[in-house]
Amino acid sequence: MKNEWPLWEIFIRGQHGLSHRHVGSLHAPDAEMAVKNARDVYTRRNEGVSIWVVEAKHITATAPGEKGPLFEPSESKVYRHPTFYDIPEEVGHM
Amino acid sequence: MYAQLVKTAGTGVKSQEEMTDQEREFQDKIDRDIKIEPKDWMPDDYRATLIRQIGQHAHSEIVGQLPEGNWITRAPTLERKAILLAKVQDEAGHGLYLYCAAETLGVTRDEITEMLLDGRMKYSSIFNYPTLNWADIGAVGWLVDGAAIMNQVPLQRTSYGPYSRAMIRICKEESFHQRQGYDAIRKMAEGSPEQKKMAQDALNRLWFPSLMMFGPSDKDSVHSAQSMAWKIKINTNDELRQKFVDQTVPQIEFLGLDLPDPGIKWNEERGHYDYTDPDWSEFFNVIKGNGPCNVDRLAARNKAWDDGEWVRDGLLEHARKKAARKHAAE
Ligand SMILES: [Fe+2]
Ligand SMILES: [Fe+2]
Repeated sequence: MKNEWPLWEIFIRGQHGLSHRHVGSLHAPDAEMAVKNARDVYTRRNEGVSIWVVEAKHITATAPGEKGPLFEPSESKVYRHPTFYDIPEEVGHM
Repeated sequence: MYAQLVKTAGTGVKSQEEMTDQEREFQDKIDRDIKIEPKDWMPDDYRATLIRQIGQHAHSEIVGQLPEGNWITRAPTLERKAILLAKVQDEAGHGLYLYCAAETLGVTRDEITEMLLDGRMKYSSIFNYPTLNWADIGAVGWLVDGAAIMNQVPLQRTSYGPYSRAMIRICKEESFHQRQGYDAIRKMAEGSPEQKKMAQDALNRLWFPSLMMFGPSDKDSVHSAQSMAWKIKINTNDELRQKFVDQTVPQIEFLGLDLPDPGIKWNEERGHYDYTDPDWSEFFNVIKGNGPCNVDRLAARNKAWDDGEWVRDGLLEHARKKAARKHAAE
């Protein structure tokens, strides 16, 4: 039983023109079969209009340990958000 | 419940003092409802228990296709056939979502499949009962999927991210399963006297096996307490079983069928129905491998796996050759 099909990550674009979104994974011998299987497994109820498949081993991810140094710096930068600024009511909608 | 009698690894819930820093940080995340993701640190016992639980759940989805698949070619109408086919196909998908979730914990698909095929891992006891006629198919959708939903809805909030996401997908598809079952049995309950008799007989036979799906009482189990602290178990078995009885009794009454258990009575004080506990010696006997269909179910899964080997190998070889040719051409 050592002839396992590789693992593919599946991304689907939903009906409403949004970006492709990761929906899950599956095993398939090649990309073509991965697309076919993804259609059967992840779009049985009109969930999508387009499918991407990527072999899992080709994905590079951030490590959980890097979470702090990578993402915490943005927490203190409140001035990047529109709500940081007080605009006088007389100015109107902005 | 599709995962019954899952053995929780470890010795029970540790106190704050007994935990290492890493364990404390981990439990704190769970308490704050922060999901645990595959690459995050987790205790070995949490990982081992989850592999068992998700694996057993996945196997149940896959083996659960057998009693229903058995009736696809004999469905009474083309519409019922299409519905049953879609339902059984969904179950294959459920198995697949769950196997993928288990694989994120470090077990391979082949390893986990092997453990089902050689009997090291279990699946739900309910699928070791036969589906004798069309009324049973209605009753399975209604009662078995109904019982599964009871357990799966709370598990959408489970602490392990991939498991939680699989449960969310599954729950979206599951309510169609229960409704089509109730619809099918309702047709029979409202049909000829013979059909009504079949519906009653199916209910009578499947009632106690459905109650067994939740597993024996575990309110005093230290292992369950640990699984609950980890949020991979959300309710006790008795809580879910009671909820199932309370939900199902009015549905039986609507069908005009007799209650399958003379012990079912509304208990004003508790605000719940009283009911007779299933025969747990029968349950343990089925789990041990002595149910009416255990041998058939495992034989069918083994045959499917063995017969499919040349297809799996052939497709992989074809993919390799195609890739090599493309490589040479570049
Ligand atoms: Fe299912
Ligand atoms: Fe189902």
